[in-house]
Amino acid sequence: MSENLKKTPLHAQHVEAGGRMVPFAGFEMPVQYSGVVDEHKAVREAVGLFDVSHMGEVEFTGARALEVVNRIITNDLDKIADGQAAYTVMCNESGTIIDDLVVYRFSAERILICVNAANREKDFAWMEKQTNGDCEVKDVGDDYAQIAVQGPNAEALVARLTSTDVKAIGRYWFAVGKVVDVDAIIARTGYTGEDGFELYVASADAPKVWNALLEKGADLGVKPAGLGARDSLRLEVCYPLYGNDIDETTNPYEAGLGWVVKLKKAGDFVGKAALEQVKADGPKKKLVGVELVGRGIARQHYPVLVGGEKVGEVTSGTMGPTVEKPVALAYVPAEHSAVGTDIQVEVRNKPIDARVAKKPFLQK
Amino acid sequence: MDKHFPEDLQYTKEHEWCTVKDGVATIGITWHAQDALGDIVFCELPQAGEKVTAGEAFGVVESVKAVSDLYSPITGEVVERNDDIMEKPEGLNEDMYGDGWMIRVKLSDASELEALMSKADYEAFLAEEEG
Repeated sequence: MSENLKKTPLHAQHVEAGGRMVPFAGFEMPVQYSGVVDEHKAVREAVGLFDVSHMGEVEFTGARALEVVNRIITNDLDKIADGQAAYTVMCNESGTIIDDLVVYRFSAERILICVNAANREKDFAWMEKQTNGDCEVKDVGDDYAQIAVQGPNAEALVARLTSTDVKAIGRYWFAVGKVVDVDAIIARTGYTGEDGFELYVASADAPKVWNALLEKGADLGVKPAGLGARDSLRLEVCYPLYGNDIDETTNPYEAGLGWVVKLKKAGDFVGKAALEQVKADGPKKKLVGVELVGRGIARQHYPVLVGGEKVGEVTSGTMGPTVEKPVALAYVPAEHSAVGTDIQVEVRNKPIDARVAKKPFLQK
Repeated sequence: MDKHFPEDLQYTKEHEWCTVKDGVATIGITWHAQDALGDIVFCELPQAGEKVTAGEAFGVVESVKAVSDLYSPITGEVVERNDDIMEKPEGLNEDMYGDGWMIRVKLSDASELEALMSKADYEAFLAEEEG
């Protein structure tokens, strides 16, 4: 594998566990260990561990930190409390998506933002420019490792390694405490559609925490899980993936993320005027769920047809191991976006009957 | 199933296997192919009566992550298709040389078999490919 690829602090653990390493967003990351289906099911039925240390983190500090971040993101940090997190997007002036983020509000003077690995440099440059000296903004991505503990047994597992009352941490809240004996941010967040936690620890502490999770979770069915399962898990619950389903050509209303755009929040934010216009006019295309009626699996970039004409494209698609059927997301013109609409997906030059499906595919 | 390549099969560089009896070739994918793909979740094969050509795509297998074309080791007409494996493609991971056979093809030109690799040749090829 190329020597230019970066390694996370858990690289040795992945190799030791038989992880199949692949290049991803400039890192050498495990795509699978025991197998995508096995890992996917472990997360849905027990608990899985993901190394997500490749994700970036940016910290805003200073008297005006909250005001600055609120001007950069579409969601509203005034509506959440200290100790709470929010999912959001960050748009440019034309209202299209620079990245999707999870924002952690420690206080009005300290905000931590988790960004996609592939967007780290781009996001930081944009954030620095928008901040314009109004508060401190620092790329702290190299300081943090991040371990996602996901699945119905996640709470029981994390509880074994900390004196923090993890039961008391609500969905999209977080606490600062010790895990094993190291400092950690214990956030009840994730990207799988299951209950779970994301543990932010110092990079040097990551192997200790990872090993302890595997050791203490054996009777809870814990397994390390790779990027393959991460993708099939998020797709069954229709969480968008930046670079596939959302990017700088799509706006949040088209992506079904209108709920993170708070047009009425106090003060202006980047992209507001453009997004007000999109909302007034209605989005021209929409990200929909696609289910195939005929045999096949819809994959990224496969054309979507209506009446034999190409009207859109699949942005993500795979076989869903829990729903046991192919699952896909695609952009289609708004007039063809209603659930139940008959469409076709071109699979290897052959049109296969399909329909617009209710999202998410996995109903819990 | 552990890594293995039966002595009595012939192999291609695209990781298919083939064995011939009474002028009919049975074709499938190798242990290496299914291992590289991971969990196989979809398989599309030609039906009886269709023609396949040596070195050309005759079908597709898909894992959760990837799509992979199947290349025919030989030329001829499909006489039988394994419908069971299309229904339950995970069998390709479990028994790729037995229940995981894919198609049977009536050979058009038996001399094409000379271009295929023995077990030893295939293992040497894999070692080279993996560097």
